[in-house]
Amino acid sequence: MRSAGPAAAGGRALAGAAGLAAELAARIGAGARFAGLMAARREDRLLLSAHLAVPGGMETVEVALPSGAASYPALTPAVGAAFWYERQIHDLFGVVPAGHPRLEPLILPAHGEAAPRPWPGPGAAGPEPGGIWPDEHSLPRRVMGAGLFTIPHGPVRSGVTESVEYLIETPGEDIPHLNMRVFYKHRGVEKRFEGMTAGDGVLLAERAEGVASVAHALAFCHAIERIAGVTVPRPAALVRVLHAELERIAAHLDAGARLAEAAGLAVATARLAAHKERVLRLAGQMCGSRFGRGVVVPGGVAALPRLGPAEVRAQAGALEQAVSADARALMGTASFLDRLRDTGPLRPERAREHGALGPVGRASGFADDARLARPYDGYLALRAGEPAVEASGDALARLRVRWHEVGQSFRLVGQAAGELARLPAGPVRVTCPAGDGRAVGWAEAPAGEVLYDVRMTGGVIERCWPRSPSFHNLVLLHEVFAGDILTDFPFIEASFGLSAAGVAL
Amino acid sequence: MLRGLRDGVVTTRWPGRPDGYSDAWRGPAVLTAPLPAGAAGDLAGICPTGAIRPGPDGVVRLDRGRCILCGRCAERRPAEFGWSRGSAAAVVSREALVVPVTAETERSVGQVRAALRARTAALRRSVHVRHVDAGSDGSEEQEIAALLNPVYDVHRLGIFFTASPRHADVLLVTGAGAHGMAEPLRRTWEGMPDPKVVIAVGTDACGGGLLADSYATSGGIGSVIDVDVWLPGSPPPPFAILHALLLAIGRLPGGSGYGSGERAGGMAQ
Ligand code: SF4
Repeated sequence: MRSAGPAAAGGRALAGAAGLAAELAARIGAGARFAGLMAARREDRLLLSAHLAVPGGMETVEVALPSGAASYPALTPAVGAAFWYERQIHDLFGVVPAGHPRLEPLILPAHGEAAPRPWPGPGAAGPEPGGIWPDEHSLPRRVMGAGLFTIPHGPVRSGVTESVEYLIETPGEDIPHLNMRVFYKHRGVEKRFEGMTAGDGVLLAERAEGVASVAHALAFCHAIERIAGVTVPRPAALVRVLHAELERIAAHLDAGARLAEAAGLAVATARLAAHKERVLRLAGQMCGSRFGRGVVVPGGVAALPRLGPAEVRAQAGALEQAVSADARALMGTASFLDRLRDTGPLRPERAREHGALGPVGRASGFADDARLARPYDGYLALRAGEPAVEASGDALARLRVRWHEVGQSFRLVGQAAGELARLPAGPVRVTCPAGDGRAVGWAEAPAGEVLYDVRMTGGVIERCWPRSPSFHNLVLLHEVFAGDILTDFPFIEASFGLSAAGVAL
Repeated sequence: MLRGLRDGVVTTRWPGRPDGYSDAWRGPAVLTAPLPAGAAGDLAGICPTGAIRPGPDGVVRLDRGRCILCGRCAERRPAEFGWSRGSAAAVVSREALVVPVTAETERSVGQVRAALRARTAALRRSVHVRHVDAGSDGSEEQEIAALLNPVYDVHRLGIFFTASPRHADVLLVTGAGAHGMAEPLRRTWEGMPDPKVVIAVGTDACGGGLLADSYATSGGIGSVIDVDVWLPGSPPPPFAILHALLLAIGRLPGGSGYGSGERAGGMAQ
């Protein structure tokens, strides 16, 4: 497994941010996937790190801006996938990516160099005692005018949903433009990690994005374990797989139920939701938390499941039968399939260019799956099978990918529980010394790869950058509208399966 | 797909009949023995959210409204801390989550509950519920939405979710009180007719959880709008949310004012 250290751009010194753009474009052209861009402050310099997924691992390319620099040439013109990342960095650090095509606030609306920021530059203000409040004047005005309508939707929406606002701007006959406001529920998670121990940090990682609690805990702990240079004991590696796969099954059932609900299929919605409840109860019986919280700790897992492996296997087997029967019935409902076919198509070229993650990417032929491409824990030895890939890129393809993965997940649960039953008793965690260093960790969440870039100094977290697949993928919503934006919207949103918590953090 | 619910009756009959799953929830931490005087020093640093700390009177208390259920206190000091059991975790005042409760809270909490009962007398038969996410991690929404699945099926109890605040009697609020949601939350609350009841769902909504000390939150929703019922949990499961709803609309038996007639979170129960 490769995880090149920071500034390991093939040993070459990069000529500032302009050199970074060229370097990234070349690497991406040669097959690497852009996995994210993060910033950190060191004294009066800004450090920019881009993460690239390569076969077998992740590589980090880092540049330091000149001392005191409050601006750098934007990467987005050369690396389109950096579009939201540079806006995020602008909001949090107040640094301007010059030449960025649309530098509007994204997660923390603020205005001007003097505005308070979580990581302010030289001369700018940090958080006040009362915190930082979003400055709504810094948001662009809503488009209005002859033949122009803006249909606001949110942040408080109907049903039980997370807070996010979609502004649908319809300029007459043309394809409407979608504007997303995700800042409403920004919680300052990234900054909150600083100063925590690794043991506390994993608790926060679990709460970065609740529907992917296990995956966030795993990616965080992988980074910590890489810094410490430890490998978790075999039983722990298997218990991690059990919970990660149950989390995936629950999330995919939820996406299926939401799609069925959007289509008005009450019985299918109810049945899939009831199955999801059974999955959460199984996880709860195993560890005490329906979301698998408290299981993953640096160095392994907190304990073996309270349910014996044979019982886990038996329950999962019964569930698999029930789920697959209902999935088959749903996928045989012609009116439902008609509703999903050609809805919200993401072109394969765009999926590849952007490095679309999880089922969204795989439904558009982009097969990256961290469990297979950069395996970790139990996945190194278990047989997950081929990644689920579809070609058509529409909401139907995304659902097909999810059903395929649900089958895979049940098989992995069966395999992991089977092996766990055969293992002799032994420790489930190793001590994870809190040494200094920096590393990247990853895990495949239900919605795609979760990435953590962690730097430990003096036994505590100096800097932690969590990146959820929701953040990376949500920007693609901009471009998947081919038909009627209003009636298709619920299907497209459900088929993406993203969480606003992970976007705004 | 019209085969109906082939698996037979899956719906719980709680609260009319007991339900083992409701009783089994391992909830926020409780005190199982009085904390020794001067324990503050030993206890500092155990709790990741600072839920265990001395109050103005010098007594070390456990604030269940900040408990994220990490289990560390029960693991390190098993003689004094434990897990609570069962879904009756909601209470009618923020102070009642801080245990051991003060004599003053003890006195006032019964009155608070009686006043709430009187205020919600009109809502006994059918209630409409609206939810607002004020900065959650997304798990609370999953558990609230689960109330609509056939296992909990809250329609059987005359509880309905509504899109419009104008038709809502009860407001379920999740999340640590993200600054960006303060205004939308206030507007939704103002849009609701009286009498209205607000439930803080989850530890983040009660006290901010791990994000209490963030530049981007208010450390819970209590400083943004008036809250009637407080439900800790990270996240609280569907039965606990249902319990909080029934407490809010005066449809729980018993009447001590803490939760379902017992001193939730006090000494060993
Ligand atoms: S269980 Fe609750 S009170 Fe105990 S240490 Fe964890 S968060 Fe604190």
